[in-house]
Amino acid sequence: MVTAVTNWGRSGLHDWLIQRFTAIVLAAYTLFLVGFIICHPNLTYAEWSGLFGTLWMRVFSLLALVSTVAHGWIGLWGVLTDYITTRMVGGSALFLRMTAMLIYVLICVTFVVWGVEIIWGLS
Amino acid sequence: MKDKRPVNLDLSTVKFPITAIASITHRVSGVILLAGVLLLLVMLDMSLSSEDSFAELQQLMSAVWAKLIVWAVLSALAYHLAAGVRHLIMDLGFGESLEGGRLGAKLMFAVALLMIAGLGVWLW
Repeated sequence: MVTAVTNWGRSGLHDWLIQRFTAIVLAAYTLFLVGFIICHPNLTYAEWSGLFGTLWMRVFSLLALVSTVAHGWIGLWGVLTDYITTRMVGGSALFLRMTAMLIYVLICVTFVVWGVEIIWGLS
Repeated sequence: MKDKRPVNLDLSTVKFPITAIASITHRVSGVILLAGVLLLLVMLDMSLSSEDSFAELQQLMSAVWAKLIVWAVLSALAYHLAAGVRHLIMDLGFGESLEGGRLGAKLMFAVALLMIAGLGVWLW
């Protein structure tokens, strides 16, 4: 039995909702960036860094980054608990899942710290 | 719980309907994107660090191998986006029947392929 210890929100319904909220944020962010790049065919550094220099774009980017982490967590948890199970890989399933989640957490912390540095490091 | 419950679902013997293919591809593209985010962050870092690194990234992106890698990641993103929007549409109550699910999956594949083709045209 899978106990609700490693999922994002401790409840399936909560995860379901977070997955959708973050999906909408990420879809909006993706479409906005695609739209911006399409509208600036010969994109210059000044235009690009100007966009990321605005406060609202920095907030939007950070929101997208945090959404990525949460969305990825819920997604990865779903995949791991479906395929890395005792039936599929034997008695080490729990250990393997925990290890994978731990690695994911380390990557996420790196993503967030690094992302903040990229977004707020701009002078 | 009993340890020796019968398990009849051997996935390798099951013929996947289009909705199952849509679902597993959504998962695979999601896992690919976890790695893809790393690449996108590297590119964002390069594009914002300085005018020089921005030009360096532009230079790098003229190489075929770089275009292929970025195309692969953006294709995974395009597919994941299309499949995700399909999920949201179904959450709103549209296309929840068996036939609706099949039609939705077909439409989603068509939209995703169009986006992936468009990305290819844009990159080259």
